[in-house]
Amino acid sequence: MSTPYAKLPAWADYGLIPLINLSVAFIVAGFVVMLVGENPFRAAVILVEGAFGKGTGIAFTLFYATTFIFTGLSVAVAAHCSLFNIGTEGQAYIGGLGIALVCLSLDSVMPWWVIFPIAIVAAAAFGALWGLIPAYLQAKRGSHIVITTIMFNFIAASVMVYLLVGPLKPAGSQAPQTRNFLAGAELPKLNWIIELFGAKIRSAPLNICFLLALVMAFLIWLLIWRTRLGYEMRTYGHSPKAARYAGISETRIIITAMMISGALAGMMALNPVMGDQHNVAIDFVSGAGYVGIAVALMGRLHPVGIVLAAILFGMLYQGGAELAFEMPAISRDMIVIIQGLVILFAGALEHMFRPYIQALFASVSPKSVGMQAVNGKGA
Amino acid sequence: MDTFNAIIQVLDSTIRLSVPLLLACLAGLYSERAGIFDIGLEGKMLVGAFAGASAAAVFHSALIGLGTAVLISVAFALVHGFASITHRGNQIVSGVAINFVAAGSTIILGQAWFSQGGRTPALQPGERFAAITWPGADAIKDVPIIGPIYAELISGHSILVYFAFAMVPFTWWVLFRTRFGLRMRAVGENPAAVDTAGISVAWLRYRALICTGILTGVAGAYLSMVQNGGFVKDMTAGKGYIALAALIFAKWKPVNAMFACLLFGFLDAAAIRLQGSPLPIIGKVPVQFMQALPYVLTVILLAGFIGKAIPPRAGGVPYVKER
Repeated sequence: MSTPYAKLPAWADYGLIPLINLSVAFIVAGFVVMLVGENPFRAAVILVEGAFGKGTGIAFTLFYATTFIFTGLSVAVAAHCSLFNIGTEGQAYIGGLGIALVCLSLDSVMPWWVIFPIAIVAAAAFGALWGLIPAYLQAKRGSHIVITTIMFNFIAASVMVYLLVGPLKPAGSQAPQTRNFLAGAELPKLNWIIELFGAKIRSAPLNICFLLALVMAFLIWLLIWRTRLGYEMRTYGHSPKAARYAGISETRIIITAMMISGALAGMMALNPVMGDQHNVAIDFVSGAGYVGIAVALMGRLHPVGIVLAAILFGMLYQGGAELAFEMPAISRDMIVIIQGLVILFAGALEHMFRPYIQALFASVSPKSVGMQAVNGKGA
Repeated sequence: MDTFNAIIQVLDSTIRLSVPLLLACLAGLYSERAGIFDIGLEGKMLVGAFAGASAAAVFHSALIGLGTAVLISVAFALVHGFASITHRGNQIVSGVAINFVAAGSTIILGQAWFSQGGRTPALQPGERFAAITWPGADAIKDVPIIGPIYAELISGHSILVYFAFAMVPFTWWVLFRTRFGLRMRAVGENPAAVDTAGISVAWLRYRALICTGILTGVAGAYLSMVQNGGFVKDMTAGKGYIALAALIFAKWKPVNAMFACLLFGFLDAAAIRLQGSPLPIIGKVPVQFMQALPYVLTVILLAGFIGKAIPPRAGGVPYVKER
């Protein structure tokens, strides 16, 4: 996306403006809480306490954050290439299928540390394949990737429902899910790390996928800003014409970016499937792919920002569960509203406050916005 | 005769199921023809459904319900306009945001106001749009062939059904026979030309979005006040996206849109009717396959294997006036 505005200092661009946008989103959310007849400040306190007050809360927060780091990175990688991947949801769902196939066939014969790498590869491969078809259609036939990925989300849902009520369901069971995995497909928990700091944890699903997510965030940073491929992706994202002129293959770059995006989405499934539920159930992704859009936008497409945004959303999910206990009028769906408002204010309306901030900076110090260079008119 | 009756029944539910798709599809047609992508059809239908059912239940009037549905839906359309026209934000991001706000707020507010687990109170007969029986429908009901077609297919629907189908020629007329329609199509293809002619691009696009809001509002009201006697959480269940698919399938033309929606409605009706019972030649078809078919067909169409779908040229691009 090009910005038809003058430049701001980096700290204002990456710190101040996102912070203002985020605050506005939360203020509007506060109004919704008031509309429901509760005190927004008390709600905020319960939310933060629920997320960080106890060891168990922290572990749950980080567990949810793990999921959102994967989906946020997935959306961000595609976005750097100016592809809007709404299909993260479906790619994660199909990634779960890859994990199910690996775990169901190997869990009785191998330990977790053999199965885990195979499952990572399977999840990434299945997710990438589900991203490949829309990417191919975009690159070769010009079909709009937003529409095709939405369609593929629905197709993925139908495929998974078909498999989970049919072939993958164990005989004699009513629930639409696979059989529970054996110990070989259960990932070790990470709760001991939080217990090192003296907190007590009863049972929380935080597992080694969290570390995997952090590693992936680092690798994506390397990819985007330190490799030739990443440079090509960003070039294409900024200006497809310039990329073509520089001899970058459009087809190759679109397909590569979408497959990496799909692979990250698929890997998201490792966290709930192998780390928590130990089976693949209908709708186990439950909107995490869409949360990824909010996380990526809020993190300004940078892995560090994405990790922070994911932890914030993890906090909202965990704290939101506690909030639903304390204030029955506010269910977890409050998070969906906040998510929508964050996408609206940090995404679609990201430039709303920019002119005011610029005017402010220009009046305090004209140099900071490069007034001389552009005659004060903007680019 | 049994087969005939079965066919009539499937066609009847085809009409009922395609009405919300058709309204949403025409709604999308207005905004996309004006150059604004609208992924938020789903969300606007949902708030329309919620607002309609709530107002109808509180004020005991179907008309007030419909009015409120349209009002709220237009308000959401204007938010989309504010973000994507005034502030030149990303239209897809804005649409996604609207869908989330709609999904969350309808549940939260529904629970807070009515405490029925996100439902609104069940609507009484006077608070819904009743079916209209056409003159003579009962009299010729027993006449073979013509009777059931007239009594079941043509007569016996609510006013909103007829409204939806009447909107098809109306939209065609607006689009291709009025000045507003010409300008709207122009603004979707080449906004700079419209601007040069001294017409406000922003105001035109806002008006197109208002049309979108009105139609999604009616679509929502149909869902919660005709098809169902009240609002149920997440009741649009992806219909907004199917409508989007139908719009592409119809290549952004109103009459095609009607046939696309009837086709998708028919697939839905057939899936419900069959419920896994075997078909004559093909054998047993999984329900999920029928449900996925509209999406698969749209992808195949988008890939350019059944004709080529060419969207309005300026779609998705915010208009920046040259300085």
